[in-house]
This record gives sequence, C-alpha cells and structure tokens, in this order.
Amino acid sequence: MPAFPFNDTVLLATVLFSVGLTGVLVRRNMVFMLMSLDIMLNAAALVFVGAGARWHDAVGQVMFLLILALAAVETAVGLAIILRLHAQGRPTLDADTGNLLQG
Amino acid sequence: MHALALLAASVTIIGAIMVITRKVAVHAVLYLVVTLLALAALLVMLGASFAAMLEIIIYAGAIMVLFVFVIMMLNLGQSDSAREKEWLRPRAWLGPGILAAIVCAELLYCISPFSGSLPTIPPITAHDVGLSLFGRYVLMVELVSFLLLSGLISAFHIGRNWMEDR
Amino acid sequence: MGEILLPLLILSPLAASLVVFVSAGRLSACAVGTLACTGVGMSAVISVILSVMLLSGPATGTLQVMLWPWIHIAGFSADIAFMLDRISVVMILVVTIVGLLIHIYAVSYMHDDPGIARFFGSMTLFIASMLVLVLASDLLCLFIGWEGVGLCSYLLIGFWYDTPANTAAARKAFYMTRMGDAALLCGLLLLATAAGSLHIGTVLAAVANGQVALSAVNMAALFILIGALAKSAQIPFQTWLPDAMAGPTPTSALIHAATMVTAGVYLIARLHDLFVMAVPVMALMAVLGALTLLMGACTALVQSDLKRILAWSTISQLGYMFLALGCGAWQAALFHLMTHAFFKALLFLTAGAVIVRTHHEQDIFRLGGLRHAMPGLAAAFITGASALAGVPLVTAGFYSKEMILSGVWAAHFRLTHEWTLSGHVLWGIGLLGAFLSALYIFRCVFIVFFGKSGTTATGRTSRLMTIPLSCLCVLSLCGGIIEMPMTFPPLHLFSALLDPTLPPSHADEPGWLVLVGAIVPLAGLGVAWVLWGRPSPIMREIPGQAAVIRFARTGGGMDVVYDHLFVQPFRFLTWLTRHDILDHAITGTGRLTQAVSTSVLRSRTGFLDILTLGGRRGIRSADHLLGQIHNGRVRWYAAWIVGGLCAGLAMAVLA
Repeated sequence: MPAFPFNDTVLLATVLFSVGLTGVLVRRNMVFMLMSLDIMLNAAALVFVGAGARWHDAVGQVMFLLILALAAVETAVGLAIILRLHAQGRPTLDADTGNLLQG
Repeated sequence: MHALALLAASVTIIGAIMVITRKVAVHAVLYLVVTLLALAALLVMLGASFAAMLEIIIYAGAIMVLFVFVIMMLNLGQSDSAREKEWLRPRAWLGPGILAAIVCAELLYCISPFSGSLPTIPPITAHDVGLSLFGRYVLMVELVSFLLLSGLISAFHIGRNWMEDR
Repeated sequence: MGEILLPLLILSPLAASLVVFVSAGRLSACAVGTLACTGVGMSAVISVILSVMLLSGPATGTLQVMLWPWIHIAGFSADIAFMLDRISVVMILVVTIVGLLIHIYAVSYMHDDPGIARFFGSMTLFIASMLVLVLASDLLCLFIGWEGVGLCSYLLIGFWYDTPANTAAARKAFYMTRMGDAALLCGLLLLATAAGSLHIGTVLAAVANGQVALSAVNMAALFILIGALAKSAQIPFQTWLPDAMAGPTPTSALIHAATMVTAGVYLIARLHDLFVMAVPVMALMAVLGALTLLMGACTALVQSDLKRILAWSTISQLGYMFLALGCGAWQAALFHLMTHAFFKALLFLTAGAVIVRTHHEQDIFRLGGLRHAMPGLAAAFITGASALAGVPLVTAGFYSKEMILSGVWAAHFRLTHEWTLSGHVLWGIGLLGAFLSALYIFRCVFIVFFGKSGTTATGRTSRLMTIPLSCLCVLSLCGGIIEMPMTFPPLHLFSALLDPTLPPSHADEPGWLVLVGAIVPLAGLGVAWVLWGRPSPIMREIPGQAAVIRFARTGGGMDVVYDHLFVQPFRFLTWLTRHDILDHAITGTGRLTQAVSTSVLRSRTGFLDILTLGGRRGIRSADHLLGQIHNGRVRWYAAWIVGGLCAGLAMAVLA
C-alpha cells in the first residue's frame, strides 16, 4: 500500500493548484507569475503520478515526464521574453503594462 | 511513514504560499526549491522514485538555476522590492483569493472520495515507464522533442535580437 | 533487389535536393548542376533497371514495398508504401528520362543565375515528389507527392520573385490548384470512410464488389475529378497555366508541360476501375476534356507570346487526354501523355533556346526568319511542331492521337434511359481540335522561323543544350511506332505493356477513321502555309481590334469572371473583417441613440428628457463595461478564465 493515499494526493494537489492560481492573479511581476505557473503545473503532475500509483499504470509517470518537458519549455521561453522586456525599457516587468491595444 | 507524508505535504503548501507572497525574487526562488524538494519526497512515497529523481534534477536543479540566472541578469535592487510591497497591498489579495477559494472548493466538492486502498502492489519502476514511453507513447516523445526544439529556437531568437539591440 | 532499388529511386533525387538546398551559396554553379544531374541520372538508371526487371517477370507481376506503417486506428489504416506496376513503369520512365534531359539542358540555361542552387534544389525535389506521387500504392501517400509537386511548382513559378507579376502568378497557380486539392482530399476521405483503407488495391476491390454505395462512388469520383482538373488546368481551372509561364523555361518544360500537369491524368488512369462505375462523371470528364481542347486550341491560335502559345497548346493536349479518359480509353491517354511529354518538352526547350539567343524576345511577331540564324533549333522546333500537329506516319503524336480518336469513336454513354451521348460527336470535336492544333503550331513555326527577319540572333547554342534537344527529337519522332493503329500492321507494344492479359479487340472501327485522322493535320498545315507561310502571307498580323480576338486572347475572359466571382467577394470579406462591421454597428447604434437623445433633450419635454438621459447614461456605462472586459491586461484575462472555470465547475456540480 502506498504511504500516501490517493485522496490525500488529490487534496494536496487541489490546494497547491489554488495557491498557484492565486499567485498568477495577484502578482504583477512577471517573474513571480512564471513561478506560480510552475506551481500549478506541479500540482497537475502530482495528480497524474498519484493516479498512476493508484491504478498501477506507468502512463501516470509518462505524463509526468511530458509535463516536465512542457514546464521546461514554458519557463525558458517566458524568461527569454522577460529579459527582452527588461532590456527594452520596461524594467518594472509589470504584466499590466502590456495593454497597448487597450481593447 | 504517514507522519512523514503529512510533514512533506505541509512543507509543500507552506512553501508555495511563501513563494507567492515574497517581495524579493531570490527568496521566492529558494522557497520554490524547498517546495519542489518536498514534492519530490511525496513522489517517492507514492512509489514513483524515478519521477522524484527527475523532479529534483530537472525542476529543482535546471529550471531553478535558469530562474536564478535571469534574476541575476535583471539586476533587481532595493527599489524593486519597495515596488513589490506597493503592489502587494492587502486589497489586491481580495479578488484573486476569493476566486481561487471558489475554484478550490468546487474542485474538492467534485472529487468524490475514492474507495480504500488496494492490496499491496509493486511500485512502478523506471523500467515500466521506459517501456511505456518508448512503446505506446513513442509519438508523444517525438512531439515533445519538437516542442523542446521549438522552445529552444524561440528562446534563442528572442534573446539574440535582444543582444543585437544592445 | 527491387525492394532496395525502389526506395532508392525516390531517395536519390531527394538526397540531391537536400544537399543542393543546404549547400546553397557555397557550391559553384557547375557543381550544383552536376549534383542535381547525378541525382536524377541515378534514378533514371534505376528506373530503367526496374522496368526491365518488371517486364521480364510475369504479366501481372507488381513490385510492392512497404516502408513503414503510418496511421493505424480502428477502421482506418494508411501506410507509406510503394508499388511498381505496369502503369507506373511508364510514368517513372517518362519522369526520370525527360527529367534528366531537362536537367542537363538547365545546367547550361541557368548557369549564370545567382539563384541556381534554389532552382536545382526545387527541380530535384520536384522529381522526388513526382516519383512519390507515381509510385505510391496508398492514396494518402500519393497525396503527399501531390502536394509536394504543387509546392515545387509554386516555388519555381515564383523563382524570379523580384518581379511582382511572377509572385502573383505563383500565388494564382497555388490557389487554383489548392481548390482542387481540397476537393481531392474530400474524395479521398469519402473513399476512406467507405472502404476503410486508402490502399489503391483495397479501394478498387471494395468498389468492384459493391461494398461502396453507388452514390458514394459517384461523389468520390466527382471530387477526385475536380482535383485532377485543377492540377491539369482544365476547364474551369485553366487560367493558372498560361500565367505559370513566368517561371524559367526548363521549369515550364518539366513541370507545366511534361509531368506535373499530367498528374491528374495519371491519377484517373490509376483509378479507372473506380471511374468506370461512375458513368455520369465519365461523361462530364469527356465533355470537359473536349471543351478544353477546343478552347485551348482557339486561344493558342491568337496568342502572340511564344511561351503562352505553348502553354495553351498544353491545355489543349491535356484536354485530349481527359477526353480519352472520359471515354474509357485510359491506355490511349497514357500513351498520349508519354508522347506529349516528349514533344512538348522539346518545343519548350527549343523555345527557351530561341528566346535566350534573341535577348529574351518572346513576341512571335518581332521574331522572324530565324531559320537562317539557327537552322538546328529550327529543325528541332519543326520536329516538335509536327509531332504536336500529328503529321502522319513519321511522328509520335500521330499514333497517340489516332489511338485516342479511335477510342473516342467507340465510346457510348448511357446517362439515362432515353438520354445517351454518342462518342461520334466527341470524335468530331477531337478531329476539329487536331486541325486547329496543326494550324496554330505551324502559324507559330512560319512566323518565327520563316518570313522577314526580325531581331538579330547572337551567340551559339551550347552543347549541353543541343544533346537533350536531339535526344528529344528522336523520341518525338520514333516514340510512337510502338503502338500502331488498328488498320496498320499489328504492332501493339504499348497496350501489351499496360495490359498484357487482354488482347486488343476494338476492331469494329471503320478504316477511313485513320485516313481522316491523317488528312486533317495535313490540311491544318496547308491552311497555315496559305495564311502565314507564303512569301507574301495573307495574314501577317492578326487585327488586334476585333472584339472576339481580344476576348480569345485573354483566355475567354475567365480571369475576369473569376475576379468577379471569387476575388472581389473575398476582398469584400477581408474589408469587412478589417473594418470590424460589428464594431461599426455598435458604435453606430450608440451614436444614433446619442443623437436621438440630444435632439429629444433639446425639445425639453421633461419626461422624455429624463428617460433619454437615463438611456444614454445606461448605454454609456454599458459601453464602458464592455470596454473594461478587454483591457489588454494579462491578469484580467487570467481572471476571466478562472471565472469561466468557476462557472463551468458550478454547472457540473449542480447538474
């Protein structure tokens, strides 16, 4: 029997997801938004691994690997964009200033 | 064992909360590393030691180093943390907090409790994962390699123009 | 042995193309040309070996190679698989040998162009795609080659992309064939759902044993026919081919005369068992082919641009092939495809050499009397022209045209019980087309090579150009004697090659058919001599003022029709989306309300005053609120997403 029951895994993942969501919505600094996104991705990955352990299927960990790759790409591109913005006269990294179109 | 699991879970959640409330970016990164390490411990307890290793090596290692480098290049100072403080007034937490709480509550309500645990089963080894990964999901691996490649190219492209503009 | 050679056949031009593309700008023009010719030459050698292997085997033998499975899901499967049978043998021989000759010619023709690597890369890639198209035993795999040749055609039409007209021509060709490709894909999907596989053998077997409903067969055949019509520039898609002459002349010879435009003919010949079941589609195909061949010939008769004359004549000759296909004489269509590839490539390459030596002068009325300056090229062009006109006995075009005409004569369509379409009418149209072909091509010959001398020609034609030209001359003259008309000595190598099991047995045609078919081209030649060829020709220049001439010169005004039918509505749509009609409507409503409210305000009627003021405020605040929704802030968007998630989850929970 796994040391950590599936119900608790899902509970933890939900809370973690909500915390990450709050971070994305609250923070105006894009570096923090990226970190919060990573927390959310981790929560999703945790559910996959937990479900894989619960139903004894290797697919859960396969999905974990895919999410890992996705997170790596997302972080790399996001950080590149942040660097570019910082260099081009937006040093505050405020996510709310990117509204030139104004809707 | 269960106590250890509870400890790791609480460290994860507290670390995540610390990440989103810090004013200095480096602190947040360090808390995120702690969160990820605790999560890795949880993954070990779920029987996924291979995934835990990857979480430590790639996430807590590589991706966090990326964050640290970028924060170093951004050259943040005293004024930045002051601005963060300005942005993080208690009123700003109200709307997002309520939204996230609603989502959390609804998710928890949706998830019907699963019936008790199964009898002892052998954990999933890296061997099984490898067989699955390069058997049924080999196309996925190819797609992910495309994704990584395109991410590499786009990050390189964005960064290169930046260097030229300087 | 064959299992290795067949993939190698495609791989060698592909590899040459990759190397040429990757090393663009680093290799000398000579090295690039050598590389491309080596790649195509290797595949020509391999195709000869393969055809000898196949033809020495049993009569119904095929060579099947499955490289790898592509898609395997429940109810459908597709593979990357190739098949060499007796139909594709003809095609690979034509594609690789004519392709090789044109490549050799192009080495000399393009040697001082800065974009030579791009040119040869696209050309070899085209050969590879065409071989995929020809060899594929799975229709989805065939579609890869189909799209690949379209891409290469686009790249090569717009090869000199500095001129806006060239890129416009390339785009036009791309869009026109794209419409057909969409239709072809629809047809393939229809077949795939009906038969569960797109393997050609499986599909044909499913159609033959009645597994597919007749209506589905008709629809699929119609869609595939539309795709083939677009690729082969038949009515109503014919307008892209004359504009495609903007590309380099070897491209026009290889892609827009010899091989790519015949892909539609090949596809229908491949699936002829399917089309036999769809009688109305066959009748439509024959009628469209007949119309196209007449229209192309009439338009070619009034053109003044050398390459455009050849382009319209290609359309007209393709019309012959579709006429033959529609009448069920697919062997004749393939035979004409082969001879047409020979003589049309010869005509284009000779025209290219003439144009190069007269400083890029393409107007036939400014050329003239070139017979003395370039006797060799004149001889080559006259050879090609005789083959195109079908001068009896000595040229290849005569035999293939005879085969088509005899096949058309025997055809008979029973559309409904009382409504039948006899092949005799179509035969008459074909004969008229043969007369017109002889007339327009010899008009071109007499104006360009005889008469008063126009521009001065300089330079010499290089040896690299003359070798392919002489090879093609020989092929245009002797390529036809492998298949004799019925009334001649029984030599039927070509139909024996295609279908060795069936003895040729359409012996019910009267003998005078061949005689008429032989006299008509000669009559055309004679009329052309009277009109344009005598020392004091009757018609030196066509009066350009006559409305009918202008109408015909622009290709029957189809471009204008398309402009009004498709381009203008599309422009209007883009205009609509650019000016955001909804936005205008909302703003207009707001302004209208505002105007009304101000006018009412001015009338100072107390009750209405308050009401309109309230309405105005309400509208303004609603406007403000709507504006707030898309304020361009990422976090707000995220919040909206989360709000939507909340709502969705709530619905799921409460349900």
